[in-house]
Amino acid sequence: MTTEPIHPPKAVFEHASADTPVLRFSGTWRIGEQIPTVDEVGRQLLAVDGLEKITFDTAGLSGWDSQFLVFLTDLKQKLAEKQIELDAAGLPEGVVNILTIASAVPERTTGQGEAPRKPFFVSMGEDTIAFFRTVSEMLAFIGSAVLALIRLLTGKAGFRRVDFVSLLRECGADALPIVSMISLLVGLILAFVGAIQLMMFGAQIYVADLVGIAMVRVLGAVMTGIIMTGRTGAAFAAQLGTMQVNEELDALEALGIAPMDFLVLPRLLALTVMMPLLCLYADLMGILGGMIVGVTMLDISVVEYYEQTKNAIGMTNLWIGLFHGVVFGVLVSLSGCLRGIQCGRSASAVGEATTSAVVTGIVSIVVATALITVLCNIIGI
Amino acid sequence: MVEKQESHIVVKDITLAYGSNVVQQNVSFTINRGDVFIIMGGSGCGKSTIMRGLTGLKQPSTGEILYNGVEFYGSTENGDRIRRSFGVMFQSGALWSSMTLAENVSLPIEQYTNLKPGQISKIVSLKLSLVGLGGFEDYYPSQISGGMRKRVGVARAMAMDPEVLFFDEPSAGLDPVSARLLDDLILQLKESLKTTMVVVTHELASIFAIGNNSVFLDPETKTAIAHGDPKKLLRESSDPKVINFLTRGQGRKVMRP
Repeated sequence: MTTEPIHPPKAVFEHASADTPVLRFSGTWRIGEQIPTVDEVGRQLLAVDGLEKITFDTAGLSGWDSQFLVFLTDLKQKLAEKQIELDAAGLPEGVVNILTIASAVPERTTGQGEAPRKPFFVSMGEDTIAFFRTVSEMLAFIGSAVLALIRLLTGKAGFRRVDFVSLLRECGADALPIVSMISLLVGLILAFVGAIQLMMFGAQIYVADLVGIAMVRVLGAVMTGIIMTGRTGAAFAAQLGTMQVNEELDALEALGIAPMDFLVLPRLLALTVMMPLLCLYADLMGILGGMIVGVTMLDISVVEYYEQTKNAIGMTNLWIGLFHGVVFGVLVSLSGCLRGIQCGRSASAVGEATTSAVVTGIVSIVVATALITVLCNIIGI
Repeated sequence: MVEKQESHIVVKDITLAYGSNVVQQNVSFTINRGDVFIIMGGSGCGKSTIMRGLTGLKQPSTGEILYNGVEFYGSTENGDRIRRSFGVMFQSGALWSSMTLAENVSLPIEQYTNLKPGQISKIVSLKLSLVGLGGFEDYYPSQISGGMRKRVGVARAMAMDPEVLFFDEPSAGLDPVSARLLDDLILQLKESLKTTMVVVTHELASIFAIGNNSVFLDPETKTAIAHGDPKKLLRESSDPKVINFLTRGQGRKVMRP
């Protein structure tokens, strides 16, 4: 708390005779005051020819803080260029002491800190190398996941059954409300958009075919995949990332328990098992959404809609949909776990890992959908 | 102590580096059975990295680490067997936050033995009461204090009755009395279980209270510059860096009454 009255800060340069140039400070030199700039004062000083040394008078200085110190440091640097010396004798004792402490250790000029700016080609090269490193890390991760799976099948890897059960619930039952809502609405929207077009031809009944095939064959799986990426993939990345930050992964490894077996495998299995089931559920919800539109807007009866849907879908579409689900389960859990395990050791790294898990998950879902669609087209189903 | 000196862990000329950034190079030392071995040095000299090397978390780029004459990083089977023979207490405890204290301590036992749940829970209770936390079995790590977490870390490290116990900065972040209690615990465990203890620390009070052998790592030359009993180093070392460290920068005269 400052109690002294605030006076405007001033620096007056007096050059009465050649041997006693004095810089007289007065007023309160604190952060927030309008203090004279170093350039202004420097100009006054440099206007005098043959100046070699200046002294200070701080009798009128009523208060100072870091602002004053910064001013002095800047002034000293400015005058050093002209070989003008500063005589610190006139400064308050505290100021002299602090300036001595601050200049005791020279500023570090070399070291391992980040270089401020890199030339374009250097950063491009580094980015390219980083990209290939990321790809190879991803491949290595997938490879070790496969090895862990083989270890599990041969009975050499293990995780706690309790963990697996709670993961199953987390990936399955807990996701039901959101999956219900999204799929119902997607079915509804699809039916709406389709109904308007089909009504023009008097073919309203085919809304059931449209919604049924679209949901069962891909949309149910894709919507579930995207929901699970945002929900569970992100959670996996955050869980494993936080464990990395707390050295919990090191603690496992030091015990000879591979985090891959103990943490990644149960997550991979849980999501891969639950994902097709969720897809099936999402399909039903989507069809229900379509039925709501059909019954209320298009005057189709429930039985009619049901029969039409049943005839349209067919088992092939159902299997393709479930296959999508299995693939997405693997992709989402792997990308979540990968980003979590790769996480750095800071709070912001956990955030980045989560973001990256969601991005990787969604991109891989879309790419996989495209690949599966093309493949199905080629083999003609 | 006039016991027969039998070497337990031998570190031969190891170099540890993160990418091109060498942390420590050409470090060699021997830890004898039953030692309380201190790895010391100023902040950032690579103490914890050396410990990561010793515990299999960071493979040295050159050199070898022998446990009872067997190379740790030689083969996966040897590595796994050796891993099972030691316990590690991490700086912040590194307890698995999704498990209760009892589950934390029992996990290694469940992994490596075929004991029945009842027997395991008896062992777990014993280990927890050894570190003064009997009755806390069903607490989660987030529900107990930092000092207690470290002690659970010790209990977990001891779960498999290891031959070697590693401690990473046991007294960091603890008040002087708790730090002292943890030091006492380390000494009592060593006396009663005859475990070899490896302690990474820069707390002088701990170093002199518990250590009987040590290595001093220097961040400038990036290697070990002194070995031996810390009390003896304080009396006899001629290296100004070591004297400076062991006397808190005050020189030898001040320490002597």
